[in-house]
Amino acid sequence: MTTTYAVLSEGLRKRYGEVHALRGLDLAVREGTVCGVLGPNGAGKTTAVRVLTTLVTPDAGSARVAGHDVVRDPAGVRQRIAVTGQYASVDGDLTGAENLRLFARLLRAPRARADELLERFALAEAAGRPARTYSGGMRRRLDLAASLLVRPRVLFLDEPTTGLDPHSRNGIWDAVRELAVRGTTVLLTTQYLEEADQLADDIVLIDEGRAAHRGTPAELKALIGSRAEVVVADPALLDAAAAVLDQLTGSAPSLDAERRAIGAVTTDPTLTLPRLVREIDAAGIHIVDASLRPPTLDEVFLRLTDRREITA
Amino acid sequence: MSALVHDGTAVLGRHLTKVRRAPAIAVMTQTMPIVFLLFFGYVFGSALAMPGTEYRAYLVPGLLAATAAGGLMTGMFQAAQDAHRGVTDRFRTMPISRAAVPLGQALADLVTSAVGMVPMILVGLAMGWRIEGTALEALGAFGLLLLFRFATTWVGILLGLASRSEEAAGQLGSATFMLPLLSNAYIPTESMAGWLRTVAEWNPISAVTTAVRELFGDVAVPADAAWPVAHPVAGALLWSFGLIALFAPLAVRRYARG
Repeated sequence: MTTTYAVLSEGLRKRYGEVHALRGLDLAVREGTVCGVLGPNGAGKTTAVRVLTTLVTPDAGSARVAGHDVVRDPAGVRQRIAVTGQYASVDGDLTGAENLRLFARLLRAPRARADELLERFALAEAAGRPARTYSGGMRRRLDLAASLLVRPRVLFLDEPTTGLDPHSRNGIWDAVRELAVRGTTVLLTTQYLEEADQLADDIVLIDEGRAAHRGTPAELKALIGSRAEVVVADPALLDAAAAVLDQLTGSAPSLDAERRAIGAVTTDPTLTLPRLVREIDAAGIHIVDASLRPPTLDEVFLRLTDRREITA
Repeated sequence: MSALVHDGTAVLGRHLTKVRRAPAIAVMTQTMPIVFLLFFGYVFGSALAMPGTEYRAYLVPGLLAATAAGGLMTGMFQAAQDAHRGVTDRFRTMPISRAAVPLGQALADLVTSAVGMVPMILVGLAMGWRIEGTALEALGAFGLLLLFRFATTWVGILLGLASRSEEAAGQLGSATFMLPLLSNAYIPTESMAGWLRTVAEWNPISAVTTAVRELFGDVAVPADAAWPVAHPVAGALLWSFGLIALFAPLAVRRYARG
């Protein structure tokens, strides 16, 4: 069986003056999956979305979305996509209902579909109010509803939950999951590692306009292994504990004096939590806590892109 | 073509709904010229060599033309607002006609401008201004004003789409109120210094003002005026169609390319 790709780009380059926003970006999103494009501010996430949604012409490289070339057949792409995010928005002066009815008319969707979506996204009550009076969460839901008037083959979500409270964020997440279940391909950009972990089948880490790493959330985590950590009872024993961890993991331990904690990353599958505890205990070190857990995506990211301030 | 009509009508509807929802801007842009008319008519009018009544009759066509030139500001402001609030980008990712969005905006502006002219004409009539020409000529004058409004709106849409921010567009837009000052809209150009007079008479607003004055049956044109003012109707038509022919395709291209 051959894999079909809903989004396929090769060597995308885009420069704005001196700023190289994309430096040869390759993306491959399988049909019917959710792809999380993860990266810090300025990594090129938004430029990538703008190229793939026909808003910007790349300087070099090529991209096909839903089987249509973004440069040679942008109209074909536009027939099959929808975009929601910080750069494509609804009209704040119009009410929620007016916005959806306008977009429905432009997309030749029945007006009833607009009303149905207002219900679906819990906006029926606010339907008669100008969208500018909406809360951040309501506005994002309206934005998303506008993208679903006609079910798109590929849905682009550019930082769909940035700035939202947890409750609103969960609402958007549920909607994305539901779409994915029904077979819509979703390309989602985010700065939140948890969001990509929660929603994406595949994750592409992009850094300085290129794909730095790609894989499933599990593969990316496996790539840097697990993190072992112990908390000692007596701060005087921190150095001794560090020596044991160094020997066990083969990587330089990091020390958190305030928590009296020592941690180190390991890719050794034979290092289990009981063994960790036994070895520490055998060295005569009293510990109050020990853990061996998969790294968070934050840690994966820090490790793979060598950046320090991504969640800032 | 039918897609353009369908999509353009939808966008036109959007802008008219916006005016209904937030009429403040539309009301203000139409009220300012009335304030100017009263202010210039009664304050300046009493200081000029021309008798006051005569000056006020002189001023009405000038302010109508200056208001028509305001399409530049309104077009720029609306296009910049949509561009910088993400609305334009959403339209641009949708499978709709490339000309529909700017055309819908320009046509909606035409409708609001036509309605907005009414209070101004009523105030003018109350101040003693009269339409002396035939009904057909008067219709021609209103048609010419709307045509010029349509032309300046396209220039505004291009500048708005190209603007760096809403604020920048707003500042540039409010600077355009000076354009009628450099024309014969408020004062005759004959008394201006040589080079200034040339600039003022080549200002499209002068041709439109003079054409409208002529069609309403007022004021003779000075014999030594520059060509567009000496042949005002032809001059106004050429200016308007010229601006549309140049700026409408540029604005559509700018919208399509981003």
